[in-house]
Amino acid sequence: MAAPGEKALETTHVGKKEKQSAKRYWQGTEEEGKEDHKGQNEGKSKHVLLQKETPARMEGAKKRREREEERGGNKFISGKSDPFPGSAPVPEEKLKKFQRGEKGKLPPRLQYKLRDIVDRSEAASELAQKQAARHDLLLPEDAGFLEGDEDEDTCTISQEDIADAVDITSGAKYFNLNLSQFGPYRLDYSKTGRHLLLGGRRGHVTCLDWQSKQLMCEMNVMETVNDVKWLHSEAMFAVAQKKWLYIYDNNGIELHCIRKFNDVLRMQFLPYHFLLATASATGFLQYLDVSVGKEVAAICTKSGRLDVMSQNPHNAIIHLGHSNGTVTLWSPNQKESLVKMLCHQGGVRSVTVDKSGTYMVTSGMDKKLKVYDLRAFKPLQSYFLPAGASCLSLSQRGLLSAATGDIVQVYRDVWSTPVTKPYMAHRVRGSVWGVHFCPFEDVLGVGHGDGFTSMVVPGAGEPNFDGLDANPYRSAKQRQEWEVKALLEKVQPELICLDPGTLSQVDKATWEQRHQDQVQALGYDPQTKEKFTPRHKTKGRSSSGKVEKRKKQVAHEDQRDDIRKTVEDRMKLEKERKEKENKTKTFSGQNSALDRFRK
Amino acid sequence: MESDDGAMIKQGMYDDHVENREDPTSISASEDEDGSDDERKNRKLLEAISSLGGKKRKKLAERSEASIQVSEFTVNAEGEGEKINLSDLIGTMDKTTASLSKTKKQLKNLQNSHTTLETPLSKQETQKIHRDVAFDKTAKEVSRWESIVKQNRRAEQLVFPLNQEPSGPKRMDQVVTGWKAQTPLEQEIFSLLHKNKQPIHHPVLTPMEEASLGAMSLEEAKVRRAELQKARVLQSYYEAKAKRERKIKSKKYHRVQNKSKRKEFLKQFDDMLKTDPAAALEELKKMELSRMQERMSLKHQNSGKWAKSKAIMAKYDEGARKAMQSQLEVNKDLTQKVVVVSEEEDEDKDSPDTLPDFVNDSQPLLDPVNPWMRGKLSVEPTVQEVGEGTEAPLLPPEETAQSDGKAESEQEVEETEEEVLLRDFETRRKLRRTEVADSVTVSLEDKETPEENEAEQEVVEISDGEEEDLSEFTSLYQGITNSQKSQSQEAQPEPGQGAVLTEEAPGLLEETLVRIRTLEDVEMLSQNPLHIEGNQPSPPVDQSPNIEETALPCGTQKAGKKMKRKKGIDPNEVLTKEAKMIKVPLAPTAVEDENGEEEQRTIISEAFAGDDVVSDFLKDKRKQEEAGKPKVVDLTLPGWGEWGGQGLKTSRRKQRRFRVKAAPPPPRRDGKLPAIIISEKRDSAVAALQVSQLPFPFENPTQFQHTIRSPIGRTWNTQQVVRKITAPKVVTQLGAIIDPIAREELMKGRKQTIARTGPNILLEPGKEDVKKTAQKGTQKKKKHTKN
Repeated sequence: MAAPGEKALETTHVGKKEKQSAKRYWQGTEEEGKEDHKGQNEGKSKHVLLQKETPARMEGAKKRREREEERGGNKFISGKSDPFPGSAPVPEEKLKKFQRGEKGKLPPRLQYKLRDIVDRSEAASELAQKQAARHDLLLPEDAGFLEGDEDEDTCTISQEDIADAVDITSGAKYFNLNLSQFGPYRLDYSKTGRHLLLGGRRGHVTCLDWQSKQLMCEMNVMETVNDVKWLHSEAMFAVAQKKWLYIYDNNGIELHCIRKFNDVLRMQFLPYHFLLATASATGFLQYLDVSVGKEVAAICTKSGRLDVMSQNPHNAIIHLGHSNGTVTLWSPNQKESLVKMLCHQGGVRSVTVDKSGTYMVTSGMDKKLKVYDLRAFKPLQSYFLPAGASCLSLSQRGLLSAATGDIVQVYRDVWSTPVTKPYMAHRVRGSVWGVHFCPFEDVLGVGHGDGFTSMVVPGAGEPNFDGLDANPYRSAKQRQEWEVKALLEKVQPELICLDPGTLSQVDKATWEQRHQDQVQALGYDPQTKEKFTPRHKTKGRSSSGKVEKRKKQVAHEDQRDDIRKTVEDRMKLEKERKEKENKTKTFSGQNSALDRFRK
Repeated sequence: MESDDGAMIKQGMYDDHVENREDPTSISASEDEDGSDDERKNRKLLEAISSLGGKKRKKLAERSEASIQVSEFTVNAEGEGEKINLSDLIGTMDKTTASLSKTKKQLKNLQNSHTTLETPLSKQETQKIHRDVAFDKTAKEVSRWESIVKQNRRAEQLVFPLNQEPSGPKRMDQVVTGWKAQTPLEQEIFSLLHKNKQPIHHPVLTPMEEASLGAMSLEEAKVRRAELQKARVLQSYYEAKAKRERKIKSKKYHRVQNKSKRKEFLKQFDDMLKTDPAAALEELKKMELSRMQERMSLKHQNSGKWAKSKAIMAKYDEGARKAMQSQLEVNKDLTQKVVVVSEEEDEDKDSPDTLPDFVNDSQPLLDPVNPWMRGKLSVEPTVQEVGEGTEAPLLPPEETAQSDGKAESEQEVEETEEEVLLRDFETRRKLRRTEVADSVTVSLEDKETPEENEAEQEVVEISDGEEEDLSEFTSLYQGITNSQKSQSQEAQPEPGQGAVLTEEAPGLLEETLVRIRTLEDVEMLSQNPLHIEGNQPSPPVDQSPNIEETALPCGTQKAGKKMKRKKGIDPNEVLTKEAKMIKVPLAPTAVEDENGEEEQRTIISEAFAGDDVVSDFLKDKRKQEEAGKPKVVDLTLPGWGEWGGQGLKTSRRKQRRFRVKAAPPPPRRDGKLPAIIISEKRDSAVAALQVSQLPFPFENPTQFQHTIRSPIGRTWNTQQVVRKITAPKVVTQLGAIIDPIAREELMKGRKQTIARTGPNILLEPGKEDVKKTAQKGTQKKKKHTKN
């Protein structure tokens, strides 16, 4: 959050910066070239760029300079001119990124108070957008990617090769945990991506800081474990055991046994609502508020065993997959499904929703993988996977991992262009039981029959994290503070609905109801203009023709008024436009010394 | 002069008294005086006696009639209630002086003028007036604050105490722009610069220099003056000439002149077509306008007074008939649509004049479908053309005009000549017509042509010059185009109807094209399978590797089927998206743990796949839709108005009358999505938290929604923006005394607006005004009201 003074400083030093960037860019290409040579020498052929830095924006500076040349204004009295006067322009695309809703078109005649308010809010939102776009350059990290040689599929590159090619820290992110005794395993990463929770089907539960490989706790609950889930922080986690739902702390101490939640098969945690949503074998979808420990809602879905579940991170809607090929969308506020989509001919095996809440990927018994647009509820793509996908997971950057048997495949960009082959593939030992991308890391965790595998998937994680929201490097103190803040900012479960912007909409139904009441009370509608009914006149002056004529006259008058108004408005607009034009003209057309010879 | 008498009486009484008292003493005292004294005494006595007696005696007033004032002393003023003239007061003065009479007159005038002073108002009224005046004064004074109050009310933020200088260092340009000449030396310099109108910001040109640059040299000025003089003279000549010509009363003259003008115009237009098509187009437009006017007006419709009188005469008078016909003719001409030629035709424009043949079977340029257009216009131009075509080779237009001017008899001769020629042409053409094609309508119309042609001559007399120009021009123009058309048609191997057919073909094609107008149509299009799989390179159905896909009926659906609007959803339409095969490099080798179980399940599901899932879903959907529909309320009462009882049905009429159908619900959101059910239930949980009543200035929900559309929290905004958005409306400094706004503020603001004491240096000349207003704004913002 730079102060204006700093910003001015920034702009004055743009030239220097630009030089730097050019250098860096050049260096970058050189390095790449070098790498190429190296690759050829070694016989290995790939670049793995993990979290590559952006080349500085040259175009922006250039544009700015051009603009200044156009203007050619010498603002200051002292001879030295500022080469980059004014604030730096913000590129359009970035502005678009931070746009909040459409700019409203208002009628030209408004009360001055209303106009003030509207103008002010408009200016504020514009400023906010601009500033946000301007500060976007404080997010310098870029996602990496994997690139194969010519005629080489990236999916044939093995994890070992990648781990060898990248730096040591990144290489260490590829590892296997051989836990063949209590498998297969389900897993969950904490919100910051720092901690890993593993739950073996045969009762083995363990949590660890997976980057430092530090074990936090390990135990056997001596029961079948259906699912494990971190709660809001890495201090607590929930385990869905054979009968009840249990909550443990990170030392493995049992905090709660929640008897209201029985036969839970799958769980989802809604981090901003502090809700733990569970889907049970009895067909119940239940919501537990973990901040106060109360059950918020229990919904009987009436569709049998619920073993497919995912959440929409955008609007906290729970997606459930059913054996009749439908996917249903649920909020805690309605006893019936918000949306029911028929996705597959057979049963649904897995569902996942992308971070922006735009796309949903489902896989079913019919061995198909389908991509849906959740805005229009329309299918975008449909793929046929020979083995069918059992588990799906979408990363923060939109990579899709699909587990078919013992193979984990990662796809890139499944929704926009039809994909024919995976981006990456990896075979694990034993059938896959759970896949999960690690947030803010290029890592895919795979829980399978023989333990756990952490795969390196370049380009999976979001490179820029929000330190106030989910900071992977936070200290204990920071975590505590964050917890307090998060609890204060907790979103109430009533606000969960399909369109998260509903709160900013006026409640139309109540509005109309109130209006109707008013109309009834008053006996007329105060908002509509009164219809003209001609007075009755005697002596044949109220013949239908005359009446019609009078009506027409009035209508004409009204119309004329309308027209006059619109014409005035248009004139006003035109005048404004012209003034603006003139202003720009005067700014652009500076007098030169040679003008005195012009006639 | 009763008042005069009264005074006399009083005097007399006084004298009496004196006498009564003084008589003995006066007598005793004047004993030793001489005889003159005696005389006087005697006289006095006589007088006294005479005054005592008779009329002069004072009478006691008697109350005989009602009077306004009753004196208790029985003093009765005679003539009481009557006014005393001012002039009476000087009545006792000497009557000799002239000035006296003058004064008298003046006084009389004064009295007659009736300008009396009004009585002073009552206390209340005066007070009221005083209050009014005071209110006006105060209101005026207070209203001076109005703008400041308004500003402060509208200000985004007010900082108290007012007029604080912002602390901290200022930016360079701020300092520069705010700089003012303060020291005497600076002031002097700037005043000098201002006085001499020297430019301050840009050393470009002084106004003097600019003016001198703008001035002309002497020679130039001379030349220009001469030019102007000449132009003036020419204009005056022209005006004089026009005046003279206008005064000429000869009809003949005007007729001839009009005709020549017309000819001129036509010629000009021909030239224009070649040289300046744009201007020609303009002319065409003008013609179009005149056509419109003609179509609107009743002119030339033979409905006027003149026409009616002519109609009476028409039975007997050949001329009248002709005149009427010519009127109609003019109307026809004017209302005729002008055909716009394409560019290719413009090129070989010369050829039609030389072409002798007129094959006008069809109007290819006009709408071939419209029978009205076809019948009329195919004939009309030919007529015109005949007239023009015959005249052109025989007599140049000027010649005819001259001959017109010479004598009327000659003209008649000419007319006959023309008629002969025309008939000749006509017969020839008829012959050709019969050879080429047979069109009844044309031949029928042709019979009228000689008459029309004759009538054309009369047109000149009746119609206005301008209109005529246009009409004749249109006819000529159409003639040209038509002949061209005919030429092109002749070039084709098959003339006549064949050509018509070929011409019609594109038109018919156009008709068959269906335009997409509504959204529904678009939807229909999008439902077309071609469009559904548009973005994918969809492989043919038989080539697709999966057996499922072919087993499903969706592969066999037809486009035509889909185009129909169906009430329900065809199960075939659901889940029709074609799957794309993905090749996986690694085949799954390891057998899953629950593989056997799952495989069996998949086999079962595959066996029962397809129909039942889809149809179940559709059933569900239909159920939902039904539930969402409003129910029909049946208000029929059996037995009312008819027999009721078991086995008796209420009549249909009654049913129709008393069954209230509710308005259809708004269309479902999933209406066009076959595989989706969207719940239409209202989410009351959110509704409780939503805004349902708009705050004051907002008029409709959208305005309000737009103002709250962007978040203000620091999660979504930068620090600076948050601080700006959430700034408090009033900021007060802790511990500072907040004084009420001072009068100086007002004066200061006024002085600024009036005297315009802006900074002496401005950054940019254009920005001057903007800056000034901005400054004003900021300064005014800091002010605040007394209350």
